[in-house]
Amino acid sequence: MSKSERPSQLFRNLNAKIASIPMIFTALVIFVGGTVWTVFYSFTNSKLLPRLHFVGLDQYYRLWATPRWLISIENLLIYGVLSLVFSLVIGFLLAALLDQKIRFEDTFRTIFLYPFALSFIVTGLVWQWLLNPEFGIQGVVRSLGWTSFSFNPLYDSSIVIYGILIAALWQGTGLIMCLMLAGLRGIDEDIWKAARVDGIPTWKTYLFIIIPMMRPVFITTLVIVASNIVRVYDLVVAQTSGGPGIASEVPAKYVYDYMFFAQNLGQGFAASTMMLLSVIIVIVPWAYLEFGGKKRV
Amino acid sequence: MRYQLMTAALAATVALQFAGPAAATDLEVTHWWTSGGEAAAVAELAKAFDATGNHWVDGAIAGSGGTARPIMISRITGGDPMGATQFNHGRQAEELVQAGLMRDLTDLATKEKWTEIVQPKSLLDGCTLDGKIYCVPVNIHSWQWLWLSNAAFEKAGVPVPKNWNEYVAAAPALEKAGIQPLAVGGQPWQASGAFDVLLAAVGGTDAFLKVYKDKDAEFAAGPEVAKVFKAADDARKMAKNTNVQDWNQATNLVITGKAGGQIMGDWAQGEFQVAGQVAGKDYTCLPGLGLNEMIATGGDAFYFPLLKDPEKSKAQEVLAHTLLDPKTQVAFNLKKGSLPVRGDVDLKAANDCMKKGLEILAKGNVMPWTDQLLSQDTQKQKEDLFSEFFAKQDMTVEDAQKRFAAIVGSAD
Repeated sequence: MSKSERPSQLFRNLNAKIASIPMIFTALVIFVGGTVWTVFYSFTNSKLLPRLHFVGLDQYYRLWATPRWLISIENLLIYGVLSLVFSLVIGFLLAALLDQKIRFEDTFRTIFLYPFALSFIVTGLVWQWLLNPEFGIQGVVRSLGWTSFSFNPLYDSSIVIYGILIAALWQGTGLIMCLMLAGLRGIDEDIWKAARVDGIPTWKTYLFIIIPMMRPVFITTLVIVASNIVRVYDLVVAQTSGGPGIASEVPAKYVYDYMFFAQNLGQGFAASTMMLLSVIIVIVPWAYLEFGGKKRV
Repeated sequence: MRYQLMTAALAATVALQFAGPAAATDLEVTHWWTSGGEAAAVAELAKAFDATGNHWVDGAIAGSGGTARPIMISRITGGDPMGATQFNHGRQAEELVQAGLMRDLTDLATKEKWTEIVQPKSLLDGCTLDGKIYCVPVNIHSWQWLWLSNAAFEKAGVPVPKNWNEYVAAAPALEKAGIQPLAVGGQPWQASGAFDVLLAAVGGTDAFLKVYKDKDAEFAAGPEVAKVFKAADDARKMAKNTNVQDWNQATNLVITGKAGGQIMGDWAQGEFQVAGQVAGKDYTCLPGLGLNEMIATGGDAFYFPLLKDPEKSKAQEVLAHTLLDPKTQVAFNLKKGSLPVRGDVDLKAANDCMKKGLEILAKGNVMPWTDQLLSQDTQKQKEDLFSEFFAKQDMTVEDAQKRFAAIVGSAD
């Protein structure tokens, strides 16, 4: 590149701009383009192959009249709220305990983080066995002599979603713990000393000083946990495949099943558009609060 | 360089294996036959095709048709078609054919006079779209069978039932003996299929056709279908706590005498055979649940995606021919437990249950099945409804029937 003339604004940091072209292209064509295409075709009656025959909002009317979709939404809400609360609370508690300069910290950290190395499919299968009434926890406790013991979430429609939640927490809290631990280690030692000098109890220090200071870590964690919640699919497939009946169905599975098993793309697109909409409803107010003060979004 | 060497090496091995004049062509065939009996049957097809000097590349996809079909379809629509693929003939591949992705076999069919060979005729109808033939049916599978474990009934001290009503009456005795009366696995299609069988058996052929062929929603909400729902209610009570998923695990409960019976298609027969059980002695089969002895002409067929490679296209024709060959038909269907698609083959080795099926077929008591009558979309909605109905004991019969009528009303 010749440097004889003054570079215009467009050509500043040219290397960086050239380097980011592939990502910009990917974002525009694949993410935005794909999204627009999906929303567009959700107004058609596409079956196995996409075709342009518009039916207005029919797919959406049918979607919201389908019991399976309503159950999926309900499950996602229960799973989402509980998984958010529990993974943050448990993750933070574990991190706070590890932060007490205990012995063998490395060992504990490794143990807690290990489940995260497993995919959701493997996690699902492991917990399917653990929660199986004949071979799993219930079977073991009964064989120890407590024969009336009953713990059988996967075959009980009303509590099956909690069986899935347990597996998800087991897999995911290790990572949250590590993020929190990193956040805790980032807090200046002097703050702790100052709090001690002022005679503030430890729990109060955590609650009113440390946690507010860890806000960036909490936001990162929130984004990671939330995205894991919305796309939960493989865990359900491996653990229950939606059963018993349709009691543990989730929206992502509805989308997949209707697009490919039922050969009804239009219906699947409508469902995925609704998923996108729900994400937008959560993200937009948050983004407004987060960035709105500094700059118009 | 390396590529050339590899090709040369490959060519050499191929030449060694098949000294015949036909140029050996690899043809990938995808299917979902993975249980013990099914795998034994598909090996017969592969053997017959390899004997023609070509090579059958097995593309088995585990996890039943529901899992396999999306994979097959996305390969075909995504531009990576296999040489041939299994579907249930009927409407599963309808849109692929309409989109021109499947090969038109009409010329071959006329040359080999398929219309005369294939019996019953409705089988070929399932392969025909706008007067052109797109698939080769390989077997007849009917759903309407009740498989009973003789040992289980002996243990419960009641005679082996001769029809559905006797079976329902015997359920309490089975339960008392600690035997699961009816085994229904957790896969959604099993509950849905069991209901269809009850509709055909308890409601009768006319009721079945009125609901699924004419899509008469009013009739589906009426008293005749209510009777069927009553039977389905019995069935779900009998099937309560079957904590297995796959159909062959459920069949295995019957084979081992842990369950009294199972409503399942005749593909279950292959499992009994692999387990070394004898029809009539170890297990009993009741076509049409002993109430309405009909055979549905559903089944499996092979479709051939349109390929550019002329060598492979030629191999496709050879495969199509091989599949309908009398010898292949006998070898395959004996292992599979299904009925052959030609009336002119000799099935001396057939067991009791298959003979019952052949007899019904010979009498012409055939009816179309849901694969031919309903779109996949409607089938899926039905599956959702019945898997919920069977799993959720507190869902009322009236509620279920109302939702069923709505599905029938919007069916296509």
